[in-house]
Amino acid sequence: MDPTSEQLLWMYEKMIEIREYEETMAKVYLEGKLPPKIQKGLAFDIGAGPVPGEMHLAAGQEPVAVGVCAHLRREDTVVGAHRPHHFAIAKDVDLFAMTSEMFGKANGLGKGKGGHMHLFDPAVKFSCSGIVGAGAPQACGAALAAKKLGKDWVAVSFFGEGAANQGSFHEALNLASLWKLPAIFVCEDNKYGISVEKSASTAIASNADRAAGYGMPGVLVDRNDAVAVFEAAGEAVARARRGEGPTLIEVKTDRYLGHFQGDPETYRPKNEAQHLREHDPIVVLGAQLRARGELDDGRDAALRAAISERVQAAYEHGRNSPYPAPEDALLHVFAA
Amino acid sequence: MSTASKVRKLSMAEAISEGIGQEMARDERVFVMGEDIGKYGGIFSATTGLLDKFGPDRIMDTPISETGFMGAAIGAAAEGLRPISELMFVDFFGVCFDQIYNHLAKNTYMSGGACKFPVVITTGIGGGYNDAAQHSQCLYGLFAHVPGLKVVVPSNAYDAKGLMIQAIRDDNPVVFMYHKGIMGLSWMSYFEGSTNEVPTESYTIPFGQAKVVREGSDVTIVTLSQMVQKSLLAADKLAAEGIEAEVVDLRTLVPLDKETVLRSVAKTGRLLVADEDYLSFGVSGEISAIIAEQLNHLKLKAPVRRLAVPDVPIPFSRPLEQFAIPQVDGIAAAVRDLMKLTID
Repeated sequence: MDPTSEQLLWMYEKMIEIREYEETMAKVYLEGKLPPKIQKGLAFDIGAGPVPGEMHLAAGQEPVAVGVCAHLRREDTVVGAHRPHHFAIAKDVDLFAMTSEMFGKANGLGKGKGGHMHLFDPAVKFSCSGIVGAGAPQACGAALAAKKLGKDWVAVSFFGEGAANQGSFHEALNLASLWKLPAIFVCEDNKYGISVEKSASTAIASNADRAAGYGMPGVLVDRNDAVAVFEAAGEAVARARRGEGPTLIEVKTDRYLGHFQGDPETYRPKNEAQHLREHDPIVVLGAQLRARGELDDGRDAALRAAISERVQAAYEHGRNSPYPAPEDALLHVFAA
Repeated sequence: MSTASKVRKLSMAEAISEGIGQEMARDERVFVMGEDIGKYGGIFSATTGLLDKFGPDRIMDTPISETGFMGAAIGAAAEGLRPISELMFVDFFGVCFDQIYNHLAKNTYMSGGACKFPVVITTGIGGGYNDAAQHSQCLYGLFAHVPGLKVVVPSNAYDAKGLMIQAIRDDNPVVFMYHKGIMGLSWMSYFEGSTNEVPTESYTIPFGQAKVVREGSDVTIVTLSQMVQKSLLAADKLAAEGIEAEVVDLRTLVPLDKETVLRSVAKTGRLLVADEDYLSFGVSGEISAIIAEQLNHLKLKAPVRRLAVPDVPIPFSRPLEQFAIPQVDGIAAAVRDLMKLTID
C-alpha cells in the first residue's frame, strides 16, 4: 500500500510536531532540577521544577507512531505505553490539555492526576499506562467491543520490545487470535529496556517471529522509516477491518534520548545517539517529499514555523494554566 | 420472565445467576467472561443457565489467561460495554492483579473522571472445605484497601441478587465476592440461612447500607459474608444463656456503612468483629479503628475484640483448618469472654 502525497505530508508534519514537542520538553523538564537551585549535594532533583516526576521522551521513534496512526480514524482505539507522547500526538490527542497534564494543571487531560505516563483522551480513544506490557490486553477489550458492536473499528496496542517478554503480551496475542479480534500489536524495538539490550533480554532476534506461535501474521520492519511502517501497518489495519484478525508488527527504531530524562546512559556507547541521528527519519521523509515535488525550502520553513507556533503555544498554555485546588486530590476516585 | 411478583427460596448461586440474567435481558451491553462460565455454568454456579439463554457471544468462556481477560474487560468497558468478569477463586488474583489495582482501580482517577469502567469482577472466596492455602482465602480486605474498587460481600441469596443488579448498573468497578460455603452448592456443605426468599422481579440494594440482621442489647457482632450465618447461629446459642447479641451484616466494604456500626455499638457498648480474612491490617482492624476514633462521644463497656484468621495461611487438615477459621463455637466463646470484660 503506497502512501498518497497527502499521507506523506501528514506523516512528515506529525513527525516534526512530535520532535519539536519532545525537544521542547527535554528543555522545560530540566528547569528547576539542577544546582544551585536544588538541595545541596544533589546533582538533579526529579521532583522539582514545573514538570516534576519521570519523563520518557520519544525523539527518534516518530516513524512508529505516524506510520500506524496514518491509517487510523477517530473511532479507532490506541493504547500506548510509558513513553506515550508520539502516539498521543499522532492520534490527535488534544495537545493543549495533554501539555497541561504534564504541568499538573487543573485543565489537563486528567485534571493533574495522571501526568505524562497516564494520558486519557476518550474523545479520540487514547490511553496509556506506566506498566510495561499492560496495554495489550486492554486493546483486546477495545477490539472485542468493536466486534460486539458490529463496527469496523480497530484497536492498536503500542509497546516496547521489553514488553514482549511479559506474560500480558503473550496472553493478549493468544486471546486476540483465538477470538479473531481487530487488533494490531506494534512493538517498538529501540534496542534497550531501560539499560538492558534486547540481546540480553529476548531469546529470539525478532519479536515478529513470535506471531507464528499465535497463528497470526508477524511483520518485521527492519528500519526506522515512516513509509516502511506505513506499508506494514496498512496491511494489518485493513486485515483487522475486514474481520480477519490481529497482526503483530515489530519496528526497529531509535531512541535518541535516555530512557528517562536525567538518565546518565552509561550503558551505551557515548556517540551512539549521535550516530543514530545521522539517519534521521524526518530528513529521509523530507527528501522523499522533495523528490516527489511535494516539498521545497519555502514550504518546509512555513510548515515548521506553523508547527513550532502550535507546540510552543501548548507549552505556554500548560505553564500558565492554574493548578488544581489541593483538596481536589479527593475527587474522581469513583465516576460520578 | 414472570411479570407478577412471586417469592420463592433460592440458593445464593441461583440468585446471582438470576440477577445477572435479568440485567443481560434488560441491557445488551452486559456480557460475562471467565473460566468455565459457559457450559459448566461457573465452577460455583454463578452463571448456571445463562449460556442457554444468551448464547456464546455474551457468555464467553475464556482461556486460563487472567491478565488477558481482565485487561480485556477494562478495554471493553472503556468502549461503553458492561463486562462481568469472573475469576473463579480470589486466590488466583495474584496472576492478574496489575490489571485490577493499577488500571481498573485507578484509570477513572487518573483521567480526572473522564473515563468510566463499569466492570463487575465476580470471584469465590472462603474456606471450610479443606482446599488449603491457595483456594481458601477471603482477601476482601486487600481489595477494599485499594482506592477505586467497590467491594460487595453478600451473606445470603436475597442480598446477593439485589447487590448484583446494583453492581452491574454501577459505572465503577465492583468486586463481587461470594463465599463458596453459602452458595448452596450440591457438592459442598453450606449454611442454610443463606438460602432464602427471593422475589422473581428485578430489584437493587444500594451499596453502603449495612443491615442489622438480628437485634440485641448486650453486644454487637460486626461481620460479613459466611461469617454472618455463623454469627447468627452463635447468637442463638448465646440467647439461650441470656446474652442478646446484635448482628450487623456489612454487605459492602466499599462503601462502608460506618453509621450503622456506630449506632449499634453505641447501643450495646460492646463490639466483636467476626471476620474470615486474616487478622492483621484488615477489616477487623478497620472496624476497630472506626470505633476508636469516636471514643470521645462513644461509651464502651468493654474493650473491642477481634476474631479472624490468626495470621497463618489456611491449613489443609480438618482440625487445623477448623482451628484457624473462626467457627460458631469460637464466636460464642469470644462473646462470653467479652461479656466478662470491663473498662476501669
